[in-house]
Amino acid sequence: MTITEDAPAGHVGSRRLRKEDPALLTGEAKFIDDLALPGAIWVGVVRSSEAHANIVGIDGSAALEIDGVNEVLSGEDLAPLWGEGALPCAWPVTPDMKNPTHLPVARSTAKYVGDAVAVVLADSRYAAADGAAAVVVDYEPLPAVVEIEDAVADGAPLVHADLDSNECYTWGLWGDNAPAIDAAFAEAAHVVSERYLQQRLIPAPMEPRGCAAVPSPAGGELTLYSATQIPHILKVMTAVVLGIGENKLRVVAPSVGGGFGCKLNVYAEEILCSALAMQRGAPVRWTEGRAEAAVSTIQGRGQVQHIELAADADGKVQAVRVKLLADMGAYLQLVTPGVPLLGGFLYHGCYDIPNYMFECTSVFTNRTPTDAYRGAGRPEATYAVERAMDALAVSVGVSPEEIRARNFIGADAFPYESSAGLVFDSGDYQAVLDKAVALAGLDERRAEQAQRLTDGSSKRIGIGLSSYVEMCGLAPSRVLASLDYGAGGWEAATVRISPTCKVQVVTGSTPHGQGHETCWSQIVADKLGVDPDDVEVLHSDTAISPTGLDTYGSRSLAVGGTAVYMATEKVIDKARAIAAHQLEASEDDLEFSGGVFRVRGTPEAEVPLAGIAFAAFTAHDLPDGMEPNLEAHVTYDPPNFTFPNGTHIAVVEVDTDTGDVDLVDYVAVDDCGVQINPLIVEGQVHGGILQGAAQALYEDAVYNSDGQLVSANLGDYLVPSAAEAPRYRLDSHATPSPTNPMGVKGVGEAGTIAAAPAVINAVVDALRDLGVTDVDMPASPQTVWRAIADAQGGAS
Amino acid sequence: MTAVTLTVNGTERSLEAEPRTLLVHALRDDLGLTGTNVGCDSSSCGACTVLVDGQSAKSCTMFAVQADGADITTIEGVADADGTLHPMQQAFHEHHALQCGYCTPGMVMAAISLVEEYPGLDENGVRHGLEGNLCRCTGYQNIVDAVLAAAGSGGD
Amino acid sequence: MIPAAFDYEVAESADHAVSLLAEHGDDAKLLAGGHSLIPMMRYRLATPGVLVDVGRLDDLRYIRTGNGTVSIGALTRHSELEHSAALAEACPMLASVAALVGDPAVRHRGTLGGTIAHADPASDLPAAVLALGGTIVAQGPGGSREIAATDFFTGYFESVLADDEMITEVRVPAGTGGWNYQKFNRRAQDWAIVGAAVADGGAGVSLVNMGSTPIRASGVESALAGGASAAEAAALAADGLEPPEDLNADAEYRSHLARVLTERALNAAGVA
Repeated sequence: MTITEDAPAGHVGSRRLRKEDPALLTGEAKFIDDLALPGAIWVGVVRSSEAHANIVGIDGSAALEIDGVNEVLSGEDLAPLWGEGALPCAWPVTPDMKNPTHLPVARSTAKYVGDAVAVVLADSRYAAADGAAAVVVDYEPLPAVVEIEDAVADGAPLVHADLDSNECYTWGLWGDNAPAIDAAFAEAAHVVSERYLQQRLIPAPMEPRGCAAVPSPAGGELTLYSATQIPHILKVMTAVVLGIGENKLRVVAPSVGGGFGCKLNVYAEEILCSALAMQRGAPVRWTEGRAEAAVSTIQGRGQVQHIELAADADGKVQAVRVKLLADMGAYLQLVTPGVPLLGGFLYHGCYDIPNYMFECTSVFTNRTPTDAYRGAGRPEATYAVERAMDALAVSVGVSPEEIRARNFIGADAFPYESSAGLVFDSGDYQAVLDKAVALAGLDERRAEQAQRLTDGSSKRIGIGLSSYVEMCGLAPSRVLASLDYGAGGWEAATVRISPTCKVQVVTGSTPHGQGHETCWSQIVADKLGVDPDDVEVLHSDTAISPTGLDTYGSRSLAVGGTAVYMATEKVIDKARAIAAHQLEASEDDLEFSGGVFRVRGTPEAEVPLAGIAFAAFTAHDLPDGMEPNLEAHVTYDPPNFTFPNGTHIAVVEVDTDTGDVDLVDYVAVDDCGVQINPLIVEGQVHGGILQGAAQALYEDAVYNSDGQLVSANLGDYLVPSAAEAPRYRLDSHATPSPTNPMGVKGVGEAGTIAAAPAVINAVVDALRDLGVTDVDMPASPQTVWRAIADAQGGAS
Repeated sequence: MTAVTLTVNGTERSLEAEPRTLLVHALRDDLGLTGTNVGCDSSSCGACTVLVDGQSAKSCTMFAVQADGADITTIEGVADADGTLHPMQQAFHEHHALQCGYCTPGMVMAAISLVEEYPGLDENGVRHGLEGNLCRCTGYQNIVDAVLAAAGSGGD
Repeated sequence: MIPAAFDYEVAESADHAVSLLAEHGDDAKLLAGGHSLIPMMRYRLATPGVLVDVGRLDDLRYIRTGNGTVSIGALTRHSELEHSAALAEACPMLASVAALVGDPAVRHRGTLGGTIAHADPASDLPAAVLALGGTIVAQGPGGSREIAATDFFTGYFESVLADDEMITEVRVPAGTGGWNYQKFNRRAQDWAIVGAAVADGGAGVSLVNMGSTPIRASGVESALAGGASAAEAAALAADGLEPPEDLNADAEYRSHLARVLTERALNAAGVA
């Protein structure tokens, strides 16, 4: 299981610089809007200005006066393009889940601000914008449901008039242990009961979405280019929705400028452009604007969380009970209903809690649909349990690190079967926490904190811990089936060695910033004994990589990387057979290292891989019955999830005069298993931390009572800059996962999962002696100042 | 339409543009220089940063007509003709200062201008000097380190 | 987003600009750096029919000092204020505030005249000019006039500037007496949620984003003149004001910030 056995060159584990960089650094890389498509029809989407309204009329006359605007089409006009088809939801989490028909362009009723209600076809980018701005839509406003809890209130207006309530589904996880849970709470020495809010977030990758559908009218084929994380899934779904033969459809993700889950979807514009391109026999393209993205691309989070812990006198937690209300928005997108479930197994955190109850009721509101955003359910779960553990520590009268130590799953308990029904692979949570505490210099920080209080300083120090475990490597297909997910969780890889011994890797993973080309090259180069620069990695085009399930949920390395590893082994096996044939030796007597097969004990009897590659190409002298060429394909379905974990510590300085929070130190110790490239791991952690910290301090998709998004651009939606970001101090503590041969776990979401509770725990820690026990996210200066004022008995 | 003449990456280029044509769209759509990206519509993100007469400017917040006669440098114009990266690009590469790469051209151009404008930058100076360039992937630490390294090595 | 179409005129001189404004009436707007106007045009919150580009009037890019006055050409860019040795010596406050505007790319394009004319109550430099007791020189068809900064701003994005007038120069008294500017925001690149500017040892105090215009905190100034301490005077900073409410701050919090920041600015300016 160690990685060094086959790795004499040692590329795995090295901080190799990325081969993706030069094209991106020089502007050579092509993103979706960079594609030159002469003669393309530009689409402008007219979006509802109302949260809920009947569409009474659409007047395109003014738009059609504009030079370059050719057509204005209503949802009614477009309906024949998709017929019975609608935007897909692939995760019907319960048999009775409500899934209202979601048309790419609404026909009669707009259900959220941003809902597409008409389309303009134009000759240029500018004319499309002019046309969309000039279309006049006559709305008959309907009552709107904006906030989650209002959606389930008696007499709430209905988001979907044909449903009898706004409830989408209720999903629970408690088995037959309800009596044991009740008993645990009845007998508990300490009970913590908390309510937390997960504000809606706008994913905001720096590249907005965009797509372009290019038909080949004579051949009857269609190529859909899209800024997507999921070309393979998008291909299947587009074929199904529009009734196109999959053999007539190719999907290409060009360079993609970040996704964070929001490009893990099948969007109206992708279906619209595809259908129009086939109908018109011309390329049809659309590029999203930033303010448009805020309402037309899925949002993240959006939950009201109730969590209760029952603990004995020592603070050992005996039961956790969670009730969620989750905001689906107006419609279900690809995996909208499943997001709360991805957290639903993890509300016991990294603690050995014998009794577990989770229940989620998901509701429709007149807002943009939610869906997966970095961490997808797991940041929410971690936030709730880590905030609650701090509250428990206060109740018991011990430090945050002590309450965690008393409850951690022990290092000797793995494989550990959780009360929520998962089997955790590996970990040493206490060792990780100890490392983080030492790295943070917790004792010195606490002394500084106390000194500030003694001095009466208005700038207080707060220290916050967050220990997390997540489930990654989505996922074993059978487990996904048990959760009613509409697809499997495998990944595919092909490894080919060319006549001149260059290596071609085809992966079903779809990178958009993660560095797959570099990492996959490192894995393959070590196993084959070639230079990583001699390895090319192909991806993101269904014509080149026809089989795959794409990139999300920190699955690429644990599933896709493992597939690459196994395909490489399969190629070596074939090469070994050829080598044995050439050397007239038994395969069992051959050893392979540094790209050379040798007969054990006969060092002069050797043949390099390059020689075998050429021999496999010429096929002049292969073992009887062997096919020519060195190539292998593997589809890997993991036996289990992987369970990365870690402890993060945030140190904040809170200015009690203004409420301003400054993140002054951030320490992260993560166990993502074996690291293929620590440079890339650290980059993932850095960026993840800032996204989590941004939820804690800056970002908020704010809706007013009319359902208008009032933080729709990057001036009002506060994505932090370098000036707001802290310096991160990282360490790691790897416990290799036994689930896969490389021992890898995944790291794409770790930082985001850990950071928000660490930061808010720190803010609350800074203000605890003032009576503050909770601060809502984002902890803006005004929110913090008011929390202090309220705790002190009124505004100053 | 208005005639606009720009010197772009050392070459004089002429185009006919509507007055409202943003400089970034003139560069991308008319001149085919798609390295400069558009990330927002509120002058917040800096993805579109280019050099106008040697200084960083957000090309989404300039009309092409305003740049008539100006000297424009885009990301396509900073590496040597033989492909050798500019020291700032090289520093970004060596410090893993990019992931998806979408903000990168603007970030590199802003950084080139920054170290030219503010000699002797420290970390705080770099962080505040890049406050108008948003990155969603890196958490900025490696960008800051890259810029400090390039500044220290005489990166211009 | 894409601005609506407009006609474009290049002004060859201030006189020419004024005559173009007179010709096109209130359908015309001046375009200088464009960093206030163009974002509004991209959201189509501003749809002028004609833009008169004054950005090429390099004779209005200067910083001159003498006779106790600093005279700054309207087209002088924020970065030029920031890096001017002459300004740093004659009126360091203005150079310092200029360095806090937006981000470097914004400062390379934005102009002093443009930001004053835009009259955004959340902008830094108008409040600084106000605290400094500056004068705005405006040219119209009938010639030039001087307008005290205290008389210039009349409302949200509104000033006494006529449709056919153009700012040509901004003057502030030279002086290095105790000064400070406290800018409070959540992200460094953003406008101030509240700002407090103190000039000349407390003789001039102004507030950013506490009303529909940059506001001179006359209550604070007179309290200080009457012998009040910085803390006592700062406590009056929000009296009588009706601050705006937005995502970052309601009126109560803004008023609180105004008091805190005014006291900090006074203390930093050497006012006890």
